[in-house]
Amino acid sequence: MTYIAKPKFHHPGLKKNELGYTHRDYEGKISTLCAGCGHDSITASIIEACYELSIEPHRVAKISGIGCSSKTPDYFLGNSHGFNSVHGRMPSVLTGANLANRDLIYLGVSGDGDSASIGFGQFAHSIRRGVNMTYIVENNGVYGLTKGQFSATADRGSKSKKGVTNTDNAIDLVAIALQLGATFVARSFSGDKTQLVPLIAAAIRHKGASFIDVISPCIAFNNHAGSTKSFDYVREHNDAVNRLDVLVGRDPIAVDYAPGTVQMVEQHDGSKIALRKIDADYDPHDRLGAQAFLQKHAAKGQIVTGLLYVDPDAEDLHEHLNTVETPLNTLEADTLCPGSAVLDKFNASLR
Amino acid sequence: MKPTDIAAPDYFHKVVDCQWACPAHTPVPEYIRLIAQGRYSDAYMINWKSNVFPGILGRTCDRPCEPACRRGRVEETPVAICRLKRVAADFKDDIRQRLPRPSPKNGKRVALVGGGPASLTVARDLAPLGYHCTVFDGDPEAGGMMRTQIPKFRLPNSVIDEETGYILSLGIEFKGGHRIESMKALLTEKYDAIFVGSGAPRGRELDIPGRKEAAANIHIGIDWLSSVSFGHTDKIGKRVIVLGGGNTAMDCCRTARRLGGEEVKVIVRSGFEEMKASPWEKEDALHEDIPILNFLVPVAFVHAGGKLTGITFQKVKAEYDDKGRRNLVPSGEPDQTIACDDVLVAVGQENAFPWIEQDCGIEFDKWHMPKVDPNTFVSTNPKVFFGGDAAFGPKNIIWAVAQGHDAALSIHRLLSGEDITERPLPEVQISSQKMGIHEWSYDNDISIDKRYKVPHRDKIIALKDIRTEVELGYDVKLALGEAHRCLNCDVQTVFSTSLCIECDACVDICPMDCITFTENGEEADLRQRLKAPSPHPDQDLYVSSDLKTGRVMVKDEDVCLHCGLCAERCPTGAWDMQKYFIEMTYAGSACPTKSRSAA
Repeated sequence: MTYIAKPKFHHPGLKKNELGYTHRDYEGKISTLCAGCGHDSITASIIEACYELSIEPHRVAKISGIGCSSKTPDYFLGNSHGFNSVHGRMPSVLTGANLANRDLIYLGVSGDGDSASIGFGQFAHSIRRGVNMTYIVENNGVYGLTKGQFSATADRGSKSKKGVTNTDNAIDLVAIALQLGATFVARSFSGDKTQLVPLIAAAIRHKGASFIDVISPCIAFNNHAGSTKSFDYVREHNDAVNRLDVLVGRDPIAVDYAPGTVQMVEQHDGSKIALRKIDADYDPHDRLGAQAFLQKHAAKGQIVTGLLYVDPDAEDLHEHLNTVETPLNTLEADTLCPGSAVLDKFNASLR
Repeated sequence: MKPTDIAAPDYFHKVVDCQWACPAHTPVPEYIRLIAQGRYSDAYMINWKSNVFPGILGRTCDRPCEPACRRGRVEETPVAICRLKRVAADFKDDIRQRLPRPSPKNGKRVALVGGGPASLTVARDLAPLGYHCTVFDGDPEAGGMMRTQIPKFRLPNSVIDEETGYILSLGIEFKGGHRIESMKALLTEKYDAIFVGSGAPRGRELDIPGRKEAAANIHIGIDWLSSVSFGHTDKIGKRVIVLGGGNTAMDCCRTARRLGGEEVKVIVRSGFEEMKASPWEKEDALHEDIPILNFLVPVAFVHAGGKLTGITFQKVKAEYDDKGRRNLVPSGEPDQTIACDDVLVAVGQENAFPWIEQDCGIEFDKWHMPKVDPNTFVSTNPKVFFGGDAAFGPKNIIWAVAQGHDAALSIHRLLSGEDITERPLPEVQISSQKMGIHEWSYDNDISIDKRYKVPHRDKIIALKDIRTEVELGYDVKLALGEAHRCLNCDVQTVFSTSLCIECDACVDICPMDCITFTENGEEADLRQRLKAPSPHPDQDLYVSSDLKTGRVMVKDEDVCLHCGLCAERCPTGAWDMQKYFIEMTYAGSACPTKSRSAA
């Protein structure tokens, strides 16, 4: 790890966003991960997405579990709220926080161990409930902190750094998220920021459970020949179905798109996603089609990336529960607890 | 763009902006690191080899390095390079043991006309090689304009004595009080080569009405300074006007304040901003309660009964034509007369060679300047060389030193029977600074301190004595703080294409957004596609050859902090921090061929 703090100086010509911040203002502490870790590129992408969306840092809650990936919230949004929870319990903590204060932007950061092994059930239920959040899995297929054992997302047949072949089947978190009803599902690659940054931005603007699986090579333990999560393998087998631009507010569409190649998706909050199709037949509104497409390509050894499914009119947990618009944590005690007379009346209605 | 050839000595040299800008190419970051380590003598010797007069230049240099300093593009102010040089001189130990020994004479004799920085540099370079060097000067002591024109409150005699002494101790014959009156006579003395470093000794006149009538109170700046320096002049009137806006004018006005001038004014034709004087010299003058009035053109000296009473000025304003050229045109306001007792005219200097006869093989151009080759400094007489102000008009000490080195190289090659037009390339060393996984042999933790001010002596005390030095110099603590501001631009970011796995770690960590991985293109196009804007096209782009994905790495050298984080975060060692050290070619450098050594 690097011992010195990242110098405070920044490029004198850096652009500022609507709030007057540069992207440097969205940084956190300097990373203590291994040099070259894919997670650091995801950190940089989150910083870039938050900068581009002009998000006020105090409106974000970043929540994580345990693992290399779960350390990363320390490295971005140094002025945001954060909670580093027990291993695999990020989804519960996030759900609770979201219920208590629906006004914040929730960013759940997890890894393949944290979400596909110890926290698999937690992951499933938070998606199933439609918690309004951006759930990012930094997926390297390996337990880096314990020196390179296969994780639950490691592909069957892939080789460990020591040459051992994995005999277990892999969990595809994207397929599970689709099945569990996530309303924004995407996969990307830490080495492709032009795809990843707008995906994160679109996921943050999405209302409902957004899930992004980001393949993030582990330089120390999973970047060798025989790995299916190395830089080289992912670059060779990356099958991107689309690329996107996120258009917020009155931003004019700066890019000229060739007719027929772009699909505009308007999200709940009025922001637009301009989807540039790479695979002309791929329809990101077809949940079943997406599942079939994924499995077909996975069987061919291809890694499908891009925005795989989006339901722009999704509902979230608060709508399901019919909670009040005012965040619960700001309600006064007499509103939250209206007294025994009201309770008696309520009980009477059930008799 | 083509992949950058980092083996070309100039490529990384340009990245060390201060060294590139310095006429003598002093290895600035190297000596600043030595100062930070408390190795003042080592820092001094690096300077001594390169610029010959570290103690003098550390007080008086015009500092071409500082406007070039990368720090000035990162924050408001550059590193105080010049005053750190003085620190090396102030805190060094006795370095006499480290000087070259006088060597056995090789039988060749070189005459040097003028005892200023150019001649002394030539003598310093040639004497250790065995040449018998004879320096002639009209003044009794060596130093030239450094001794006569720079006031003692900026540059004490002790510093001049010490540093000229180091040179003269190399077995050089100094003939003080011996003005050369005839080049023809000198040529007959059968010297193997002659170097003319006689400076630009004549102050420009201001020929306006009243000049003759009021002559007793009108003084030519450099002559007057010289007279003060030798103690011939020790007072001046209470009201003094200094005409001119260069550094000589600043020296004149500050000297006048110390000789009885109570109301001293500097009056310039141009605007305050366009004055030739260095900003810090203007500051020092203002600090001593000397107002600088601008846009005033002197039209007449006013006098009564043979005595000067004032100067009449025409008021002007600046107008710019289509090509952006400035013209001073009358503003239409009435003329203004400013009363004064004495005037110091510091409106420029000129060369004068009345002692070089027409028929000694030295040709002059239409401006009466000798025809001198700008690389070899040879005149049209193959045995006669020029350097310093004598060659190309008034510049600063550091230029005289740089030209002296080049002229010495020419003389050595000529007298060794070699072609003087062939200039051996400088020697370059580049070596990794890696000490451990994340440890470097230089301090890469970037200081965010602002420039430290050099302490000055109290004004009341300073103005009382003309020989009391105003600047006190940094103490050890201030020097350390200032030294830490240096960005170590000589520790280069070196990229190995074959090792890069394109993980983006360097891009993500770089605090200055210098690094971009993108498709190759022409330079103008590439500059548009960088991660951060590229406002300085004179700063190079470092471009790799094609990477595995077909993209290239492009690094804009412009505001790189040389913090080494790209190399620390690189998992494969594709980035490395390597110290680049360039040794300029001096007379006797052991590098006779065109071979070059670099990364």
